[in-house]
Amino acid sequence: MKEIILLKYGEIALKGLNKSTFESIMIKNIKYRLKKIGKFSVTKAQSTVYVEPDEEISDLSEAVDVLKKIFGIASICRVCVCKKDFSDICRQSSEYLEDILPYAKTFKVTAKRADKSFPMKSPEICNQLGGFLLEKFPNLQVDVKNPEVTVTVEIRDTNAYVHAENIKGAGGLPVGSSGNALLLLSGGIDSPVAGYMMAKRGIHISAIHYVSPPYTSERARLKVEQLCEKMTDYCGNIAFFCVPFTEIQEAIKDNCPEEYFTIIMRRIMMEIAQKIAEKDECLALITGESVGQVASQTLSAISCTDAVCRIPVFRPLIGMDKTEIVEISRKIDTFDISTLPYEDCCTVFTPKHPKVRPALSDVEKAQAQFDFEPLIQKAVEDTEMKIFYV
Amino acid sequence: MSIYFDNASTTKPCKEAIEAVNRGLSELWGNPSSLHSMGVKAQLAVDESRKIIADSIGCESRCIYFTSGATESSNMALKGSAMAYGKRKRRIVTSSVEHSSVKESINELEKSGFEVVRISPDKNGIFNPDDFINAIDENTCLVSVMLVNNETGYILPVKKVFSVIKRRFTDVVTHCDCVQGFMKIPVKVRELNADLISLSGHKIHSAKGVGALYIKKGIRLLPIINGGKQENGIRSGTESVPLIMGFGASVKALSPHIEEHYRYVSELKKYLCSRLSELDYISVNSKSDASPYIVNISVSGIRSEIMLHWLESHEIYVSSGSACSKGAKSGVLDEFGLSQRLADSALRISLDFSNTKEEIDKFVDVLKEGQQKILKSK
Repeated sequence: MKEIILLKYGEIALKGLNKSTFESIMIKNIKYRLKKIGKFSVTKAQSTVYVEPDEEISDLSEAVDVLKKIFGIASICRVCVCKKDFSDICRQSSEYLEDILPYAKTFKVTAKRADKSFPMKSPEICNQLGGFLLEKFPNLQVDVKNPEVTVTVEIRDTNAYVHAENIKGAGGLPVGSSGNALLLLSGGIDSPVAGYMMAKRGIHISAIHYVSPPYTSERARLKVEQLCEKMTDYCGNIAFFCVPFTEIQEAIKDNCPEEYFTIIMRRIMMEIAQKIAEKDECLALITGESVGQVASQTLSAISCTDAVCRIPVFRPLIGMDKTEIVEISRKIDTFDISTLPYEDCCTVFTPKHPKVRPALSDVEKAQAQFDFEPLIQKAVEDTEMKIFYV
Repeated sequence: MSIYFDNASTTKPCKEAIEAVNRGLSELWGNPSSLHSMGVKAQLAVDESRKIIADSIGCESRCIYFTSGATESSNMALKGSAMAYGKRKRRIVTSSVEHSSVKESINELEKSGFEVVRISPDKNGIFNPDDFINAIDENTCLVSVMLVNNETGYILPVKKVFSVIKRRFTDVVTHCDCVQGFMKIPVKVRELNADLISLSGHKIHSAKGVGALYIKKGIRLLPIINGGKQENGIRSGTESVPLIMGFGASVKALSPHIEEHYRYVSELKKYLCSRLSELDYISVNSKSDASPYIVNISVSGIRSEIMLHWLESHEIYVSSGSACSKGAKSGVLDEFGLSQRLADSALRISLDFSNTKEEIDKFVDVLKEGQQKILKSK
């Protein structure tokens, strides 16, 4: 008995002439990720990707876990490969489903006949295979409306495939099909979720983080690196930029009015991020802001920060509640890391009463009291880069 | 040269482990919980080992919790999960041939009011997966089945049992003592369907005093050791950085060779059995499909201890039963259907990839000589 994995496309299937570009990026991603866990051959045919283990030790469950996190895949099926011969389909499926069917109460059979030359029609396949399985497993009853197990038979070009489980894929577009963007990664709950959401639309993510030793600790940085590593599950390889930010923060504190600390800091962060984005060929910035969450995320504050931006800033969480964001962060498994208790640079020198509705002219005036440009230049030069691989 | 055939009791630390322990003691002696860089360095070393062990069983780093050894791992797993999940569901299912660390933990739980079902093998010493599956009911909170029996090498049908249980009773917690399987046969959490897995360091060429517990994400254990909330609050107490580093180092050294070692040791077992078949009054109690690392034999008419000491006088080290029981009878061999006579004369030869056919030749010669001598003097 041979078991392989079939992957069905989601949105890619709708891409007219560009479809093959998306397909090949996705297959490249799949091959790259699977390389880590064993030898698999990955091929495509009839809008389906076939993943076949080349060695016996290549672990299909492990492969499924990896595939679940690759964008572009709508659903994942572990299937048993049968000859295009009804008696073989019966024999193989009863053997293949031996771990499931004896313990289920109800089931149904569905058939998809992509190869119309197969002598039996779909309803006939369902009927006869259903009857065969009923006889083999007397514990079963047919329930077409709400079955515990749905056995699916797919008749395709070269073989027939049987499976009883359809696993939902990550959806979206393959990472790398929509260009690069730079994510401002603080270490909190929101920014990894923002990165995940843009990666889902096919954007390849780089990340930027600001450190202010001794106000922030080595552990805070390690935590962010841990987040990056975790994010590679969905986002692929991530270039991580770590910007030394102490001098700038001290300069803000010494030279600007307290109520503008945070907003000026955000503007300078954006400035630095754009310079790094340019170097790293990123076409946009991504932040985890959500309207009204904190003082720097009010509409007026966001427009003050945006005033320094020359490239688009994506804020995929802008209309989401914290609970919705937390839910995704749990799903992508960054929540536990994000909630580790280390201080990040955003909370250093936080004003007691930040301006909630700052006017751009006031902010610009406040920031003009000191020439930050040389410090910004230096911070960009001293930025360290590290790549996190899947 | 002495011959060490007691590798299921403990193993000789490998040079990678010794070097790592040494480095942990001499260089990375900071407290992993300290905020300063010495602490961070120690923590990173611990996390590196955690990652190595996690990779070796196919799980995420943070599912691995370090303990003082497999006995502690199993105590934590069983008592911790029974306390967390056993408030209303009061049944525990286990096998009758578990290692004492599991057996005694479950005995304790039984005393505190849990109903315990112990599944025995059939009269041929074979476990039927359905016996376990049928013993599980709505009232069951926990099932614990070992992967490889430590006295006979018998491989229990854990995969089959757990996969069916997980499908039918999704909220039953599954625990597997993998001590004698880890680094010897492939142990992957996903295949085993285990929520909790006990591992030991010193059975795989690390130091004594370190082990690990795999806890599946989402499984909640009440800690049995309370304190500074190390290891995510599950196992308080400052981590033993050097021993943990040693543990990681030996897993790293062994992992790539599991199959190769398995093939080699299988050859050794085959050779041992064929050499033993030349002798009279010897029976091999281990099944042919058991783990090749453990070969249980009986030397008819000679009590285990006498033969053990005879072999020892020729610098050949074997064990009479499970070394944990210090020679006391564990009853496990009876469970496997061995007659009293065979159980009383049982020896456990536990092999390692460092053993050789020449050692087996010498062992068989000395055994034969001893057999003749002891039987004659009777």
